[in-house]
Amino acid sequence: MALTGLILVLFVIGHLIGNLQIFAEPEVINQYAHFLHSLGPLLWLVRAFLLITVILHVWMAVLLVIENRKARPQGYEGEHTHRASYASRTMQYIGIIVLAFILFHLAHFTLRVTHPEYEQLRYVLQEGAYQGTEVLDVHAMMVMGFQKPLVSLFYIFAVGLLAFHLRHGFGSIFQTLGLRNKYWAGTIEKTTITFAVAYFLLNAAIPLSVMSGVVDNENVNSIGESAEVLTLPEDASSESTE
Amino acid sequence: MNVTLKVWRQKNADEAGYFETLEARNLNPDMSFLEMLDVVNNELEADNKMPVAFDHDCREGICGTCSLTINGQPHGPGEGVASCQVYMRSFKDGDTITIEPFRAKPFPVIRDLVVDRTAFDKIIQSGGFVTVRTGSAPDANAIPIPKETADLAMDAAACIGCGACVAACKNASAMLFVAAKASQLNMLPQGKAEKDTRVLKMVATMDEAGFGNCTNQYECSAACPKLISEDFIGQMNRDYLFASLRQKFLRRKKNA
Repeated sequence: MALTGLILVLFVIGHLIGNLQIFAEPEVINQYAHFLHSLGPLLWLVRAFLLITVILHVWMAVLLVIENRKARPQGYEGEHTHRASYASRTMQYIGIIVLAFILFHLAHFTLRVTHPEYEQLRYVLQEGAYQGTEVLDVHAMMVMGFQKPLVSLFYIFAVGLLAFHLRHGFGSIFQTLGLRNKYWAGTIEKTTITFAVAYFLLNAAIPLSVMSGVVDNENVNSIGESAEVLTLPEDASSESTE
Repeated sequence: MNVTLKVWRQKNADEAGYFETLEARNLNPDMSFLEMLDVVNNELEADNKMPVAFDHDCREGICGTCSLTINGQPHGPGEGVASCQVYMRSFKDGDTITIEPFRAKPFPVIRDLVVDRTAFDKIIQSGGFVTVRTGSAPDANAIPIPKETADLAMDAAACIGCGACVAACKNASAMLFVAAKASQLNMLPQGKAEKDTRVLKMVATMDEAGFGNCTNQYECSAACPKLISEDFIGQMNRDYLFASLRQKFLRRKKNA
Protein backbone atom coordinates (compact mmCIF):
# COMPACT_ATOMS: atom_id res chain seq x y z
CA MET A 1 0.00 0.00 0.00
CA ALA A 2 2.74 2.39 1.04
CA LEU A 3 5.01 1.84 -1.96
CA THR A 4 2.23 2.10 -4.54
CA GLY A 5 0.78 5.00 -2.55
CA LEU A 6 4.12 6.78 -2.63
CA ILE A 7 4.36 6.42 -6.42
CA LEU A 8 0.80 7.70 -6.82
CA VAL A 9 1.42 10.65 -4.47
CA LEU A 10 4.46 11.63 -6.54
CA PHE A 11 2.37 11.30 -9.68
CA VAL A 12 -0.47 13.50 -8.43
CA ILE A 13 2.06 16.16 -7.40
CA GLY A 14 3.58 16.09 -10.89
CA HIS A 15 0.12 16.07 -12.46
CA LEU A 16 -0.90 19.10 -10.41
CA ILE A 17 2.23 21.04 -11.39
CA GLY A 18 1.48 20.21 -15.02
CA ASN A 19 -2.11 21.40 -14.66
CA LEU A 20 -1.17 24.64 -12.95
CA GLN A 21 0.44 25.74 -16.23
CA ILE A 22 -3.09 26.63 -17.30
CA PHE A 23 -2.53 29.93 -15.50
CA ALA A 24 0.19 30.83 -18.02
CA GLU A 25 -0.58 31.61 -21.67
CA PRO A 26 -1.88 28.66 -23.76
CA GLU A 27 1.56 28.24 -25.34
CA VAL A 28 3.09 26.91 -22.10
CA ILE A 29 0.72 24.04 -21.37
CA ASN A 30 0.43 23.15 -25.05
CA GLN A 31 4.22 22.95 -25.33
CA TYR A 32 4.23 20.77 -22.20
CA ALA A 33 1.48 18.49 -23.51
CA HIS A 34 3.22 18.20 -26.84
CA PHE A 35 6.49 17.40 -25.09
CA LEU A 36 4.77 14.54 -23.21
CA HIS A 37 3.18 13.23 -26.39
CA SER A 38 6.47 13.45 -28.27
CA LEU A 39 8.00 10.99 -25.79
CA GLY A 40 6.20 8.26 -27.73
CA PRO A 41 6.95 4.78 -26.38
CA LEU A 42 8.36 6.26 -23.16
CA LEU A 43 4.99 7.90 -22.47
CA TRP A 44 3.25 4.57 -22.91
CA LEU A 45 5.81 2.94 -20.63
CA VAL A 46 5.05 5.50 -17.92
CA ARG A 47 1.32 5.10 -18.49
CA ALA A 48 1.59 1.33 -18.21
CA PHE A 49 3.66 1.68 -15.05
CA LEU A 50 1.06 3.99 -13.50
CA LEU A 51 -1.78 1.69 -14.53
CA ILE A 52 -0.03 -1.28 -12.91
CA THR A 53 0.60 0.82 -9.80
CA VAL A 54 -3.09 1.75 -9.55
CA ILE A 55 -4.13 -1.88 -10.07
CA LEU A 56 -1.69 -3.05 -7.38
CA HIS A 57 -2.85 -0.31 -5.01
CA VAL A 58 -6.48 -1.35 -5.45
CA TRP A 59 -5.66 -5.04 -5.26
CA MET A 60 -3.71 -4.60 -2.02
CA ALA A 61 -6.56 -2.52 -0.63
CA VAL A 62 -9.08 -5.25 -1.42
CA LEU A 63 -6.87 -7.89 0.23
CA LEU A 64 -6.37 -5.61 3.23
CA VAL A 65 -10.09 -5.08 3.72
CA ILE A 66 -10.89 -8.79 3.31
CA GLU A 67 -8.17 -9.87 5.76
CA ASN A 68 -9.09 -7.21 8.28
CA ARG A 69 -12.78 -8.12 8.21
CA LYS A 70 -11.88 -11.78 8.69
CA ALA A 71 -9.78 -10.88 11.72
CA ARG A 72 -12.88 -9.66 13.57
CA PRO A 73 -15.90 -11.76 12.62
CA GLN A 74 -17.95 -10.47 15.58
CA GLY A 75 -17.99 -6.69 15.90
CA TYR A 76 -18.56 -4.57 19.00
CA GLU A 77 -22.00 -3.53 20.16
CA GLY A 78 -20.66 -0.27 21.53
CA GLU A 79 -18.34 0.77 18.70
CA HIS A 80 -15.84 3.28 20.02
CA THR A 81 -13.11 5.31 18.33
CA HIS A 82 -10.27 6.79 20.35
CA ARG A 83 -8.46 8.84 17.76
CA ALA A 84 -8.53 7.16 14.35
CA SER A 85 -9.22 10.02 11.93
CA TYR A 86 -12.38 10.01 9.85
CA ALA A 87 -10.15 9.97 6.76
CA SER A 88 -8.42 6.80 7.94
CA ARG A 89 -11.71 5.04 8.57
CA THR A 90 -13.11 5.83 5.12
CA MET A 91 -10.04 5.00 3.02
CA GLN A 92 -11.69 2.09 1.18
CA TYR A 93 -14.98 3.88 0.42
CA ILE A 94 -13.39 7.13 -0.70
CA GLY A 95 -10.80 5.11 -2.62
CA ILE A 96 -13.58 3.54 -4.69
CA ILE A 97 -15.13 6.94 -5.50
CA VAL A 98 -11.71 8.35 -6.43
CA LEU A 99 -11.13 5.32 -8.67
CA ALA A 100 -14.44 5.97 -10.43
CA PHE A 101 -13.40 9.58 -10.93
CA ILE A 102 -10.02 8.55 -12.37
CA LEU A 103 -11.76 6.31 -14.92
CA PHE A 104 -14.11 9.14 -15.91
CA HIS A 105 -11.20 11.58 -15.98
CA LEU A 106 -9.19 9.34 -18.34
CA ALA A 107 -12.20 8.89 -20.63
CA HIS A 108 -12.80 12.62 -20.54
CA PHE A 109 -9.35 14.10 -21.19
CA THR A 110 -6.89 11.33 -22.13
CA LEU A 111 -9.04 9.13 -24.35
CA ARG A 112 -11.60 11.89 -25.09
CA VAL A 113 -14.36 9.36 -25.75
CA THR A 114 -17.00 11.39 -23.92
CA HIS A 115 -16.26 14.60 -25.79
CA PRO A 116 -15.16 14.02 -29.40
CA GLU A 117 -15.60 17.75 -30.12
CA TYR A 118 -12.35 18.40 -28.24
CA GLU A 119 -10.52 17.16 -31.31
CA GLN A 120 -11.51 20.36 -33.11
CA LEU A 121 -9.58 22.49 -30.70
CA ARG A 122 -6.32 22.97 -32.54
CA TYR A 123 -3.34 25.08 -31.66
CA VAL A 124 -0.22 25.96 -33.63
CA LEU A 125 2.88 26.07 -31.43
CA GLN A 126 4.61 29.46 -31.64
CA GLU A 127 8.03 28.81 -30.13
CA GLY A 128 10.77 26.25 -29.64
CA ALA A 129 11.78 23.21 -31.63
CA TYR A 130 8.17 22.37 -32.53
CA GLN A 131 7.36 25.84 -33.85
CA GLY A 132 4.58 25.67 -36.41
CA THR A 133 3.33 22.22 -35.39
CA GLU A 134 -0.44 21.96 -35.07
CA VAL A 135 -1.45 20.21 -31.89
CA LEU A 136 -4.53 19.58 -29.80
CA ASP A 137 -5.26 22.73 -27.79
CA VAL A 138 -5.05 21.37 -24.26
CA HIS A 139 -5.56 24.81 -22.76
CA ALA A 140 -8.79 25.27 -24.69
CA MET A 141 -9.88 21.73 -23.83
CA MET A 142 -9.48 22.39 -20.10
CA VAL A 143 -11.25 25.75 -20.33
CA MET A 144 -14.09 24.25 -22.35
CA GLY A 145 -14.43 21.36 -19.93
CA PHE A 146 -14.51 23.50 -16.83
CA GLN A 147 -16.89 26.09 -18.29
CA LYS A 148 -19.60 23.52 -17.62
CA PRO A 149 -20.56 24.05 -13.96
CA LEU A 150 -21.48 20.40 -13.43
CA VAL A 151 -18.09 19.18 -14.64
CA SER A 152 -16.33 21.74 -12.45
CA LEU A 153 -18.37 20.88 -9.36
CA PHE A 154 -17.77 17.17 -9.87
CA TYR A 155 -14.06 17.84 -10.33
CA ILE A 156 -13.81 19.93 -7.15
CA PHE A 157 -15.76 17.28 -5.25
CA ALA A 158 -13.46 14.54 -6.57
CA VAL A 159 -10.18 16.33 -5.78
CA GLY A 160 -11.64 17.10 -2.36
CA LEU A 161 -12.17 13.40 -1.76
CA LEU A 162 -8.70 12.60 -3.07
CA ALA A 163 -7.19 15.24 -0.76
CA PHE A 164 -9.12 13.67 2.11
CA HIS A 165 -7.79 10.22 1.08
CA LEU A 166 -4.26 11.65 1.07
CA ARG A 167 -4.81 13.23 4.49
CA HIS A 168 -4.40 9.73 5.91
CA GLY A 169 -2.39 8.15 3.10
CA PHE A 170 0.45 10.66 2.89
CA GLY A 171 1.51 10.36 6.53
CA SER A 172 0.80 6.65 6.59
CA ILE A 173 3.56 6.03 4.06
CA PHE A 174 6.19 7.13 6.58
CA GLN A 175 4.93 4.83 9.33
CA THR A 176 4.70 1.77 7.07
CA LEU A 177 8.18 2.30 5.69
CA GLY A 178 9.54 2.74 9.21
CA LEU A 179 10.45 6.39 8.75
CA ARG A 180 8.31 7.75 11.59
CA ASN A 181 9.24 8.15 15.25
CA LYS A 182 8.35 10.51 18.07
CA TYR A 183 10.79 13.15 16.84
CA TRP A 184 9.27 13.21 13.37
CA ALA A 185 5.62 12.40 14.17
CA GLY A 186 4.62 16.06 14.61
CA THR A 187 6.37 17.21 11.44
CA ILE A 188 4.86 14.37 9.43
CA GLU A 189 1.36 15.12 10.71
CA LYS A 190 1.66 18.85 9.95
CA THR A 191 3.14 18.16 6.51
CA THR A 192 0.32 15.73 5.78
CA ILE A 193 -2.39 18.24 6.63
CA THR A 194 -0.60 21.06 4.76
CA PHE A 195 -0.14 18.81 1.75
CA ALA A 196 -3.78 17.69 1.70
CA VAL A 197 -5.12 21.24 2.04
CA ALA A 198 -2.68 22.69 -0.50
CA TYR A 199 -3.41 19.86 -2.93
CA PHE A 200 -7.14 20.54 -2.71
CA LEU A 201 -6.90 24.33 -2.96
CA LEU A 202 -4.48 24.34 -5.91
CA ASN A 203 -6.58 21.77 -7.78
CA ALA A 204 -9.84 23.54 -7.03
CA ALA A 205 -8.30 26.83 -8.18
CA ILE A 206 -8.27 25.60 -11.78
CA PRO A 207 -12.02 25.04 -12.34
CA LEU A 208 -12.85 28.03 -10.13
CA SER A 209 -10.66 30.34 -12.24
CA VAL A 210 -12.21 29.05 -15.43
CA MET A 211 -15.78 29.45 -14.14
CA SER A 212 -15.09 32.94 -12.81
CA GLY A 213 -13.48 33.92 -16.11
CA VAL A 214 -10.01 34.57 -14.70
CA VAL A 215 -8.67 31.94 -17.08
CA ASP A 216 -10.12 32.22 -20.57
CA ASN A 217 -9.31 30.88 -24.01
CA GLU A 218 -9.83 32.57 -27.39
CA ASN A 219 -10.00 29.28 -29.23
CA VAL A 220 -12.99 28.18 -27.14
CA ASN A 221 -14.73 31.52 -27.61
CA SER A 222 -14.27 31.45 -31.40
CA ILE A 223 -15.67 27.92 -31.72
CA GLY A 224 -18.33 28.70 -29.16
CA GLU A 225 -21.38 26.54 -28.95
CA SER A 226 -21.22 25.50 -32.58
CA ALA A 227 -18.45 23.07 -31.67
CA GLU A 228 -20.87 20.60 -30.22
CA VAL A 229 -23.02 20.31 -33.32
CA LEU A 230 -20.18 20.22 -35.84
CA THR A 231 -19.26 16.84 -37.24
CA LEU A 232 -15.68 15.73 -36.92
CA PRO A 233 -13.31 16.51 -39.78
CA GLU A 234 -11.60 13.30 -40.89
CA ASP A 235 -8.04 14.39 -40.18
CA ALA A 236 -8.80 15.67 -36.71
CA SER A 237 -9.68 12.29 -35.22
CA SER A 238 -6.05 11.56 -34.52
CA GLU A 239 -3.43 13.96 -33.36
CA SER A 240 -1.26 15.44 -36.05
CA THR A 241 1.83 14.80 -34.01
CA GLU A 242 1.43 11.10 -33.41
CA MET B 1 -25.37 3.98 42.91
CA ASN B 2 -27.20 1.64 40.52
CA VAL B 3 -26.29 0.73 36.96
CA THR B 4 -27.72 -1.55 34.31
CA LEU B 5 -25.28 -3.97 32.70
CA LYS B 6 -25.55 -5.34 29.19
CA VAL B 7 -23.22 -8.31 29.47
CA TRP B 8 -22.04 -10.65 26.73
CA ARG B 9 -22.87 -14.25 27.65
CA GLN B 10 -21.43 -17.12 25.65
CA LYS B 11 -21.15 -20.72 26.81
CA ASN B 12 -18.08 -21.53 24.71
CA ALA B 13 -16.32 -20.73 21.45
CA ASP B 14 -18.68 -22.93 19.43
CA GLU B 15 -21.98 -21.59 20.68
CA ALA B 16 -23.45 -18.26 19.68
CA GLY B 17 -23.30 -15.53 22.28
CA TYR B 18 -25.95 -13.01 23.33
CA PHE B 19 -26.36 -9.97 25.56
CA GLU B 20 -27.95 -10.38 28.96
CA THR B 21 -29.24 -7.41 30.93
CA LEU B 22 -28.32 -7.45 34.61
CA GLU B 23 -29.00 -4.91 37.32
CA ALA B 24 -26.17 -3.89 39.66
CA ARG B 25 -27.65 -2.27 42.79
CA ASN B 26 -26.36 -0.45 45.86
CA LEU B 27 -22.85 0.10 44.55
CA ASN B 28 -20.17 2.20 46.16
CA PRO B 29 -18.76 4.66 43.58
CA ASP B 30 -15.26 3.85 44.85
CA MET B 31 -15.64 0.19 43.99
CA SER B 32 -13.48 -1.01 41.14
CA PHE B 33 -15.28 -2.24 38.04
CA LEU B 34 -14.24 -5.81 38.81
CA GLU B 35 -15.53 -5.51 42.39
CA MET B 36 -18.85 -4.41 40.94
CA LEU B 37 -18.87 -7.58 38.83
CA ASP B 38 -18.02 -9.60 41.97
CA VAL B 39 -21.11 -8.14 43.66
CA VAL B 40 -23.29 -8.97 40.65
CA ASN B 41 -21.89 -12.50 40.56
CA ASN B 42 -22.55 -13.01 44.28
CA GLU B 43 -26.18 -12.13 43.68
CA LEU B 44 -26.37 -14.42 40.64
CA GLU B 45 -24.91 -17.29 42.68
CA ALA B 46 -27.33 -16.61 45.51
CA ASP B 47 -30.14 -16.97 42.95
CA ASN B 48 -28.58 -20.22 41.73
CA LYS B 49 -27.68 -18.67 38.39
CA MET B 50 -24.42 -18.99 36.47
CA PRO B 51 -22.06 -16.11 37.35
CA VAL B 52 -20.50 -13.97 34.63
CA ALA B 53 -17.06 -15.35 33.77
CA PHE B 54 -14.34 -12.69 33.46
CA ASP B 55 -10.54 -12.77 33.62
CA HIS B 56 -8.70 -11.14 36.51
CA ASP B 57 -5.61 -11.73 38.60
CA CYS B 58 -3.46 -9.04 40.20
CA ARG B 59 -6.14 -6.31 40.10
CA GLU B 60 -3.47 -3.63 40.16
CA GLY B 61 -2.81 -3.18 36.45
CA ILE B 62 0.42 -5.09 36.04
CA CYS B 63 -0.47 -8.67 35.13
CA GLY B 64 -2.42 -8.11 31.92
CA THR B 65 -5.08 -10.68 32.71
CA CYS B 66 -8.22 -8.55 32.85
CA SER B 67 -9.73 -8.04 29.43
CA LEU B 68 -13.06 -6.25 29.35
CA THR B 69 -14.41 -4.08 26.59
CA ILE B 70 -16.50 -1.50 28.43
CA ASN B 71 -18.87 0.53 26.23
CA GLY B 72 -16.80 -0.44 23.20
CA GLN B 73 -13.56 0.70 24.82
CA PRO B 74 -11.00 -1.98 25.69
CA HIS B 75 -10.24 -1.51 29.40
CA GLY B 76 -12.98 1.10 29.56
CA PRO B 77 -12.75 4.83 30.16
CA GLY B 78 -9.55 6.46 31.36
CA GLU B 79 -6.10 6.68 29.85
CA GLY B 80 -3.39 4.17 30.64
CA VAL B 81 -5.48 1.90 32.83
CA ALA B 82 -6.42 -1.77 32.75
CA SER B 83 -10.02 -2.95 33.35
CA CYS B 84 -9.16 -3.56 37.01
CA GLN B 85 -8.19 0.11 37.46
CA VAL B 86 -11.56 1.42 36.28
CA TYR B 87 -13.76 2.67 39.12
CA MET B 88 -17.51 3.00 39.32
CA ARG B 89 -17.14 6.74 39.87
CA SER B 90 -16.31 6.95 36.15
CA PHE B 91 -20.00 6.23 35.50
CA LYS B 92 -23.21 7.98 36.40
CA ASP B 93 -26.01 6.58 38.52
CA GLY B 94 -28.51 4.87 36.24
CA ASP B 95 -26.06 4.36 33.35
CA THR B 96 -26.35 1.37 31.06
CA ILE B 97 -22.91 -0.18 30.60
CA THR B 98 -22.14 -2.60 27.78
CA ILE B 99 -19.51 -5.20 28.67
CA GLU B 100 -18.02 -7.34 25.91
CA PRO B 101 -14.96 -9.55 25.57
CA PHE B 102 -11.90 -8.50 23.53
CA ARG B 103 -13.06 -9.33 20.02
CA ALA B 104 -10.69 -10.84 17.46
CA LYS B 105 -10.64 -14.09 15.53
CA PRO B 106 -7.34 -15.22 17.12
CA PHE B 107 -8.89 -14.58 20.57
CA PRO B 108 -11.74 -17.13 20.72
CA VAL B 109 -14.17 -16.78 23.61
CA ILE B 110 -13.68 -19.41 26.29
CA ARG B 111 -16.73 -18.31 28.24
CA ASP B 112 -18.64 -15.01 28.55
CA LEU B 113 -15.95 -12.33 28.84
CA VAL B 114 -12.95 -14.67 28.98
CA VAL B 115 -10.95 -15.05 25.77
CA ASP B 116 -8.09 -17.37 24.85
CA ARG B 117 -4.94 -15.33 24.19
CA THR B 118 -2.68 -18.31 23.39
CA ALA B 119 -1.92 -16.64 20.05
CA PHE B 120 0.22 -14.11 21.96
CA ASP B 121 2.16 -16.91 23.66
CA LYS B 122 2.88 -18.45 20.27
CA ILE B 123 4.25 -15.15 19.01
CA ILE B 124 6.55 -14.89 22.03
CA GLN B 125 7.67 -18.51 21.59
CA SER B 126 8.62 -17.78 17.99
CA GLY B 127 11.09 -15.00 18.80
CA GLY B 128 10.32 -12.97 21.88
CA PHE B 129 13.38 -14.16 23.79
CA VAL B 130 17.19 -13.93 23.86
CA THR B 131 19.37 -17.00 23.74
CA VAL B 132 21.87 -16.84 26.61
CA ARG B 133 24.36 -19.26 28.12
CA THR B 134 23.25 -20.70 31.37
CA GLY B 135 25.60 -20.52 34.31
CA SER B 136 26.53 -17.76 36.67
CA ALA B 137 24.89 -14.39 36.09
CA PRO B 138 27.00 -11.93 34.05
CA ASP B 139 28.33 -8.74 35.63
CA ALA B 140 25.54 -6.20 35.82
CA ASN B 141 27.36 -3.46 33.93
CA ALA B 142 29.69 -5.56 31.78
CA ILE B 143 27.88 -4.37 28.64
CA PRO B 144 27.49 -0.57 28.62
CA ILE B 145 24.09 0.56 27.32
CA PRO B 146 23.29 4.25 26.72
CA LYS B 147 20.62 5.50 29.11
CA GLU B 148 18.37 6.66 26.27
CA THR B 149 18.41 3.18 24.74
CA ALA B 150 17.79 1.53 28.08
CA ASP B 151 14.86 3.88 28.75
CA LEU B 152 13.31 3.26 25.35
CA ALA B 153 13.70 -0.52 25.72
CA MET B 154 12.05 -0.21 29.12
CA ASP B 155 9.13 1.71 27.58
CA ALA B 156 8.58 -1.18 25.17
CA ALA B 157 9.03 -3.73 27.95
CA ALA B 158 6.17 -2.12 29.86
CA CYS B 159 3.81 -4.17 27.67
CA ILE B 160 1.77 -6.51 29.89
CA GLY B 161 0.49 -8.54 26.94
CA CYS B 162 -3.19 -8.00 27.72
CA GLY B 163 -4.33 -7.75 24.11
CA ALA B 164 -6.12 -4.40 24.38
CA CYS B 165 -4.22 -3.24 21.27
CA VAL B 166 -5.81 -6.05 19.27
CA ALA B 167 -9.21 -5.36 20.79
CA ALA B 168 -9.01 -1.63 20.06
CA CYS B 169 -7.60 -1.94 16.54
CA LYS B 170 -10.24 -1.46 13.84
CA ASN B 171 -8.61 -4.41 12.07
CA ALA B 172 -7.83 -6.60 15.10
CA SER B 173 -4.13 -6.24 14.36
CA ALA B 174 -1.51 -7.31 16.90
CA MET B 175 1.19 -4.99 15.59
CA LEU B 176 1.63 -2.97 18.78
CA PHE B 177 2.10 -6.08 20.93
CA VAL B 178 4.55 -7.66 18.50
CA ALA B 179 6.37 -4.36 17.98
CA ALA B 180 6.77 -3.82 21.72
CA LYS B 181 7.96 -7.36 22.34
CA ALA B 182 10.39 -7.35 19.40
CA SER B 183 11.69 -3.82 19.99
CA GLN B 184 12.50 -4.26 23.67
CA LEU B 185 15.05 -6.92 22.68
CA ASN B 186 16.11 -5.57 19.28
CA MET B 187 17.30 -2.31 20.84
CA LEU B 188 19.63 -3.94 23.36
CA PRO B 189 23.02 -5.53 22.68
CA GLN B 190 21.82 -8.82 24.18
CA GLY B 191 19.09 -9.01 21.57
CA LYS B 192 21.13 -7.90 18.54
CA ALA B 193 22.35 -11.39 17.57
CA GLU B 194 18.84 -12.66 16.89
CA LYS B 195 17.36 -9.36 15.72
CA ASP B 196 16.57 -10.33 12.12
CA THR B 197 15.21 -13.80 12.79
CA ARG B 198 13.25 -12.46 15.75
CA VAL B 199 11.32 -9.86 13.80
CA LEU B 200 10.75 -12.12 10.78
CA LYS B 201 9.53 -15.06 12.85
CA MET B 202 7.35 -13.03 15.18
CA VAL B 203 5.65 -11.27 12.28
CA ALA B 204 5.16 -14.58 10.45
CA THR B 205 3.61 -16.15 13.56
CA MET B 206 1.38 -13.11 14.00
CA ASP B 207 0.14 -13.42 10.42
CA GLU B 208 -0.46 -17.16 10.79
CA ALA B 209 -2.60 -16.58 13.85
CA GLY B 210 -5.02 -14.56 11.73
CA PHE B 211 -4.62 -11.07 13.18
CA GLY B 212 -5.56 -8.17 10.90
CA ASN B 213 -3.22 -5.64 9.30
CA CYS B 214 -2.05 -2.30 10.59
CA THR B 215 -3.63 0.71 8.87
CA ASN B 216 -1.79 3.31 11.00
CA GLN B 217 -4.79 4.61 12.93
CA TYR B 218 -3.05 4.23 16.30
CA GLU B 219 -6.16 3.12 18.20
CA CYS B 220 -3.88 0.52 19.81
CA SER B 221 -1.64 2.87 21.75
CA ALA B 222 -4.62 5.00 22.78
CA ALA B 223 -6.23 1.96 24.42
CA CYS B 224 -2.99 0.47 25.77
CA PRO B 225 -3.02 0.38 29.60
CA LYS B 226 0.73 1.06 29.46
CA LEU B 227 0.38 3.71 26.69
CA ILE B 228 3.00 2.03 24.55
CA SER B 229 3.80 4.27 21.62
CA GLU B 230 3.00 3.43 18.00
CA ASP B 231 6.61 4.50 17.35
CA PHE B 232 7.56 0.92 18.09
CA ILE B 233 5.42 -0.22 15.15
CA GLY B 234 7.40 2.13 12.92
CA GLN B 235 10.59 0.70 14.37
CA MET B 236 9.40 -2.86 13.77
CA ASN B 237 8.45 -2.00 10.18
CA ARG B 238 11.97 -0.68 9.68
CA ASP B 239 13.57 -3.71 11.33
CA TYR B 240 11.35 -6.02 9.28
CA LEU B 241 12.23 -4.26 6.03
CA PHE B 242 15.98 -4.49 6.63
CA ALA B 243 15.74 -8.06 7.94
CA SER B 244 13.85 -9.12 4.79
CA LEU B 245 16.39 -7.41 2.55
CA ARG B 246 19.34 -8.93 4.40
CA GLN B 247 17.76 -12.36 4.26
CA LYS B 248 17.05 -11.99 0.56
CA PHE B 249 20.37 -10.59 -0.57
CA LEU B 250 22.84 -12.00 1.90
CA ARG B 251 21.34 -15.46 1.43
CA ARG B 252 20.97 -16.10 5.10
CA LYS B 253 19.30 -19.30 6.09
CA LYS B 254 15.75 -18.86 7.34
CA ASN B 255 16.43 -20.48 10.67
CA ALA B 256 19.93 -19.11 11.23
